[in-house]
Amino acid sequence: MKSLAELAAIRDKMKDKVVLREGSGDIRVVVGMATCGIAAGARPVLNAFVSKVAEEGLADKVTVSQTGCIGVCQFEPVVEVFEAGKEKVTYVKMTPEKAAEVVEKHLKGGQVINEYTITNAIS
Amino acid sequence: MKELSLNILDIAMNSVKAGAKNVDITIDEQGPELNLTIRDDGCGMSPEQVEEVTNPFFTTRTTRKVGMGVPLLKLAAEQTGGKLTVTSRQGEEKHGTETKALFYTDHIDFTPLGDIVSSICTLIQGSPAIDWHFVHGRDGKTVELDTKELRQVLGDVPLDSYEVIKWIEDYLKEGYSSI
Repeated sequence: MKSLAELAAIRDKMKDKVVLREGSGDIRVVVGMATCGIAAGARPVLNAFVSKVAEEGLADKVTVSQTGCIGVCQFEPVVEVFEAGKEKVTYVKMTPEKAAEVVEKHLKGGQVINEYTITNAIS
Repeated sequence: MKELSLNILDIAMNSVKAGAKNVDITIDEQGPELNLTIRDDGCGMSPEQVEEVTNPFFTTRTTRKVGMGVPLLKLAAEQTGGKLTVTSRQGEEKHGTETKALFYTDHIDFTPLGDIVSSICTLIQGSPAIDWHFVHGRDGKTVELDTKELRQVLGDVPLDSYEVIKWIEDYLKEGYSSI
C-alpha cells in the first residue's frame, strides 16, 4: 500500500536535489494543452516527455511545462523546445513515441529531428 | 474527446487560467448516474459570460475563456440524457466557478471515463502551486487525493518533481484497484 511515509522518504531523498535544480533548466519543453491539444492527444505526449526526461536523467537540465493554444490547432499535439542561444524548435503532430525520440536525439543528443518539425510539415 | 477524463482535464484547465488557488474535482457514481463537479476559487465569470460559455460560436479572441471546452462537455453529458450547469461568481469574496455535469453511464453514447489518473497527474504536474482535491466515489467506495496533505509531508519539495508525480500516479492506481 502506498503510504505517506513513502512520500516522506521521497522528500528526504529530494531535499539536496532541489537546491541543485535552481538556476539550471537550460532547456524548456512546452506542450500545448488547450482543448485542441488535449483532443488531439497531448496528454500522453506530455506524460511521455515527463517520464522519459526523468528516465534519461535529464531532469536537472530540462523542464517540461504546459501552455494553452499555440495557434496551429491543425498540427496538434504541438511541442516547443526552447534553448538559450538557439532558435525555438516546434514539433508537430506528436505522439508518445516521437516524444521519446525527441528526448533521446534532441534533448540528450543535441540533434533536432527535422522530420517532425513544423517547417517540414508546411514545406 | 475520446475519454471523459480528457474533458475533465480540459475544463480544469479553465480553473487554472482563472487563477484558482483551490480546485475540487469530484466524481460521484451511484447506479447508472455519474455526477461530475469541478469547483474552483478562480476569478469567476460575469452572468453574460456564463450564458455564453456553452455557445461555441460566441468565441472571440478577447473572451479567451470561452471556447470549445464547455460545449464539448455539455454535448458529452446531454447525449447520454444528462445535463450541464455552470454557476459562477465574481467579486471580492467567494468568487469562483462551478461546473456540474450529469451523465447516464448506461446510455450507449456515454463516453468512458478513461485514464482519469493520467488527467489528475497532468494537472498537478502543470500547476503544482494549486491545491487539487480529487474525490471519486463509486457505490460507497472512494478514491481520494488532496495535495494539501501531500504538501504537509513534502515541505519544500515541489509537487511536480517526477518522483512525487510518480508516487501520486501509483497511489491513485492503487486506490482504483480497490473500487
